[in-house]
Amino acid sequence: MIESKISTGVEASLTALAASLRGVTKAYDNGVMALGPLDLAVRKGEFISLLGPSGCGKSTALRIIAGLTAPSSGTVRVSRHEGEVQPGHGIGFVFQEPTLMPWTSARENVRLPLKLAGVPKAEARARADEALASVGLADFADAFPRELSGGMKMRVSLARALVTDPDILLMDEPFAALDEITRFRLNNDLLALWRGLGKTIIFVTHSVFESVYLSQRVVVMTARPGRIQADVRIETVEPRGEEFRTSVAYADYCRRVSAALAPSYSGQSVL
Amino acid sequence: MSGQPVIAARPSGAQRAVRFALPVVVFAAGLVAWELVVRVKEIPPYVLPAPSAIFLTLINDWAVLSQSLAATLLTTLEGFVAASVGGIALALLFNQSKWVEYSLFPYAVILQVTPVIAIAPLLLIYLEQQTAVVVCAFIVAFFPVLSNTTLGLNSVDRNLAGLFQLYGASPPQTLRYLKLPAALPYILGGLRIAGGLSLIGAVVAEIAAGTAGAGSGLAYRIAESGYRLNIPRMFAALLLLSLAGIVIYGLLALVSHLVLRRWHESALGKEN
Repeated sequence: MIESKISTGVEASLTALAASLRGVTKAYDNGVMALGPLDLAVRKGEFISLLGPSGCGKSTALRIIAGLTAPSSGTVRVSRHEGEVQPGHGIGFVFQEPTLMPWTSARENVRLPLKLAGVPKAEARARADEALASVGLADFADAFPRELSGGMKMRVSLARALVTDPDILLMDEPFAALDEITRFRLNNDLLALWRGLGKTIIFVTHSVFESVYLSQRVVVMTARPGRIQADVRIETVEPRGEEFRTSVAYADYCRRVSAALAPSYSGQSVL
Repeated sequence: MSGQPVIAARPSGAQRAVRFALPVVVFAAGLVAWELVVRVKEIPPYVLPAPSAIFLTLINDWAVLSQSLAATLLTTLEGFVAASVGGIALALLFNQSKWVEYSLFPYAVILQVTPVIAIAPLLLIYLEQQTAVVVCAFIVAFFPVLSNTTLGLNSVDRNLAGLFQLYGASPPQTLRYLKLPAALPYILGGLRIAGGLSLIGAVVAEIAAGTAGAGSGLAYRIAESGYRLNIPRMFAALLLLSLAGIVIYGLLALVSHLVLRRWHESALGKEN
């Protein structure tokens, strides 16, 4: 069950990597080790999930890749466009909460990354509207966040992450707070977007079912300090749809991933 | 959702009318009782003037009183503007540098907790009277603006701050597009308090200046009328001060509501 730490040929294809972490650790100021050492290679265009118990540092790993948190040791490499100047432009980040500015419209929220990068207003508005349309919210550009449902807010957040046309999309338990029906729909929409746009997606979740349904690779992490417990490749007939969710193969993968996750919970009180 | 009145949750029209009418009825009853007591007991106006006498004074002395009202309002406005600009600017400075905050915040607190009525006479010695009065209004009013703005600037959503960092926002961009809008409800709350306090500061300073100065504000008018036993004019001036306070509060509350109504919880209808 516990496979090698890095299954892809790292040395062979450095250019084909979207992100790579080597010996990355993170210690809190009080000395508690939160993460690592972690080695992870993410290929371009890959949909990968980081799965682990709460507090295992999977969100921290994501923030380190985004450059929001500095690692205590180790190296992080994130590939960018040729001649990329704007920091963060190659990365889109979706937080656990929608994290929208409540004082302005959906369009303005989506336009923010472009505004900060100095993109002319007319062009930025057009691109914001385009991004909103891509998540099915073309009619809600002028709505304020409080006028939108939880799922719609998350879609706005996703549109904002996509508006800069990033190479990598980092998603930190984005659908955890949504009801199941909304989550399933957003799962399908995300898969469709991923297939259409060809982005690399690193998806953090604590749901076995969500990780297996969405990703090509599920990286199972241990309890704190988070390390890689298992690296499970999910292979099935693409494109995936609702029939995959009810298939025997899906149940089988879920069982395997759950088994890999179990040691992380052993010795811990379930409560 | 927006714009559509929710009928069920609203109190009925009659209920609302009663809510507005009740205080008015109480007020009218009080005035009538007051008038009757003064007339029946034949209380002389230099002891207690009847409401009708106060109202007449208000009309007859309008030339003097309106001038005083204008003077006091001008002082209040100057103090309010100084307090708003000063309070917000200082809060922004504190937000930029912890060292500045540590160095200066205790003095802001000291200025706040020392009763302004005790500071006013000193200020009147060192400053020109009009300046001293404005400074008093400023001292009383600036602290709520400072502390509320500081609170607002520190209440920025951490993830949103991370987002700005991720997209390489410059400090001025972060200030303009994130910190100031996020702090706006707090700043407006501070300004609402500061409006009333500037009036209080102006009045306190005018009283402290007393007849010694060349002042002409409403509080000065009250003090002066007191010395002359012109009690109806004291009441008339007091009435104007009260009204000015209500109008200032109402205006600031209205501005706050208009600015926040589309997004902030405080300005949303209860039906949501």
